[in-house]
Amino acid sequence: MKLMTKMIILGAGFALAACTNPGRFDDTNDVNLNGAGSGVVAGSANDPTSPAYFQQTIGDRVLFDVDQSTLTAFGQSTLDGQATWLTSNPEYTALIEGHADEQGTRQYNLALGARRANAVQEYLVSRGVPTSRLKVVSYGKERPIEICSAEACYAKNRRAVTVISVVPIS
Amino acid sequence: MMVRVLTLLLALSIWGLPVSAQDGGPLRIEITEGVIEPLPFAVPDFVGDGGAAAELGRQISDVIAADLTGTGLFREISPDAFISQITSFASPVQYADWKAINAQALISGAVSVDASGQLIVQFRIYDVFSGQELGQGLQLVGTQDGWRRIAHKVADQVYSRITGETPYFDSRVVFVAESGPKDVRQKRLAIMDYDGANVKYLTDSASIVLAPRFSPSGDRVLYTSYETGFPRIYVLDVANVGRQALENQQGTMSFAPRFAPNGQTVVYSLSTGGNTDLYTMDLASGANSRLTSAPSIETAPSYSPDGSQIVFESDRSGSPQLYIMPAGGGEARRISGGNGRYGTPVWSPRGDLIAFTKQSKGRFHIGVMRLDGSEERLLTASFLDEGPTWAPNGRVIMFTRETQGEQGRSSLYSVDITGRNLRQLSTQTGASDPAWSPLQK
Repeated sequence: MKLMTKMIILGAGFALAACTNPGRFDDTNDVNLNGAGSGVVAGSANDPTSPAYFQQTIGDRVLFDVDQSTLTAFGQSTLDGQATWLTSNPEYTALIEGHADEQGTRQYNLALGARRANAVQEYLVSRGVPTSRLKVVSYGKERPIEICSAEACYAKNRRAVTVISVVPIS
Repeated sequence: MMVRVLTLLLALSIWGLPVSAQDGGPLRIEITEGVIEPLPFAVPDFVGDGGAAAELGRQISDVIAADLTGTGLFREISPDAFISQITSFASPVQYADWKAINAQALISGAVSVDASGQLIVQFRIYDVFSGQELGQGLQLVGTQDGWRRIAHKVADQVYSRITGETPYFDSRVVFVAESGPKDVRQKRLAIMDYDGANVKYLTDSASIVLAPRFSPSGDRVLYTSYETGFPRIYVLDVANVGRQALENQQGTMSFAPRFAPNGQTVVYSLSTGGNTDLYTMDLASGANSRLTSAPSIETAPSYSPDGSQIVFESDRSGSPQLYIMPAGGGEARRISGGNGRYGTPVWSPRGDLIAFTKQSKGRFHIGVMRLDGSEERLLTASFLDEGPTWAPNGRVIMFTRETQGEQGRSSLYSVDITGRNLRQLSTQTGASDPAWSPLQK
């Protein structure tokens, strides 16, 4: 399908992703600062049915230890939130992107990213999300979000990100 | 296409007779011996009849000199030191004048352009201290645009006659040209001469492309692209840049392809359900065959030159290590034994060594080892070295080096299998994932 899809990632979401603030603890402040006031603006981060909410409030990513694809307890709680959201918003599909830090060869990191994305997919399926709504891709070390060569950055690059869209999965 | 004729000019070859060589033997470099003193040579501008030919003569001499000095085995004597000038290719060589400046090898040549615009290059190689020609004079004919290839072919002759090794200068490198910061890096497939000249782009930067590999005859390139949003293998025809995706199953990712020596079979990694294993595909029929079935990661496969075995990387032991198995699959034996993580094994074209990437104590190395894992030798060390590829003669390895930090940039380096002569290739953009072609015909 040639949908020039609305990748429903709002500008605000992008800005947040760019500074890689997972948003989990800061979203309340952000929302208030954004001046949403008492009302819920449809599609904004305080609209619980919005992808922005998914990304910023629930958290769209889980992080991994070096060379690992095992989900942490914190990662699992994030994914519980993701599964609940996906279940109550059935019109959305998700692409799970697995990533690695730059330590490691290109090929190995592609395979490692695939393991991470798959770990997230399996967890979401175990929490009731139909496989048909999920796809996985590995970027290996090709798309870091933090570019320093230090553990502070590596820790954020070893991730699996659940990207929400309305594109039907073919 | 460029060099159609390799004709004989003179057949006076009697080299090998140590007439009066200063060192008591014929002109020869034994590459396998320990540290060597680079052999001094002189390559006066090739003599040209007419302005265009004279200019080409100068450029050809420069490329020959760069090829030879680039090996670390030869040292160019500056033209400023020359006592004799070569103004005529036919005139007898004044050996005493070249001896006096310690030019052990002399390469002289002539350039002309014929009525149809063809470039004609003749050359002779002299063993100065023996006072005789080294091998036969040759004539090369090609297009004027192809002058660099002709120069490389002359240098190949010098290299092979003096070292006794097969040469590698008339070869190309396919690689990934990189631009932009690390988090949004743009990648394009590109091809160039082995020395970085004549860069041509084979894809645009719309999708991430990775790890191109030549076919055994150099006419096709396998690579991985995210064109569909998912990593998938493509085969590209170098001459017309046409490309075709290899068949793949829905929901899978495929990468790390490499040709078998038959040029018909491709071995690659396929990821499904989070597990990465090795498969082969027959290009003609599209038929797949699964080589490994393990929950571990199996990737980075490379065939032995006879096609009977495959070396690959697997983390079945808990960390990435190197293994060799029969080309059809079956029991694999681990060959890497040292401390550290091993990846990207590549079988040498001579069949005797495996080049690899090693990660140890926070550093990356390019190294070589024997087929049983013995005699491991690390050739380089840096923040990030990876992805070795062999020169067609198995004497030199090219690889990717990426610098550390936010401004980190990839570039291509080469190093001898002795660990000497580490050199950075000059490329206009960042560059990664080199693959060296076979010697061109």
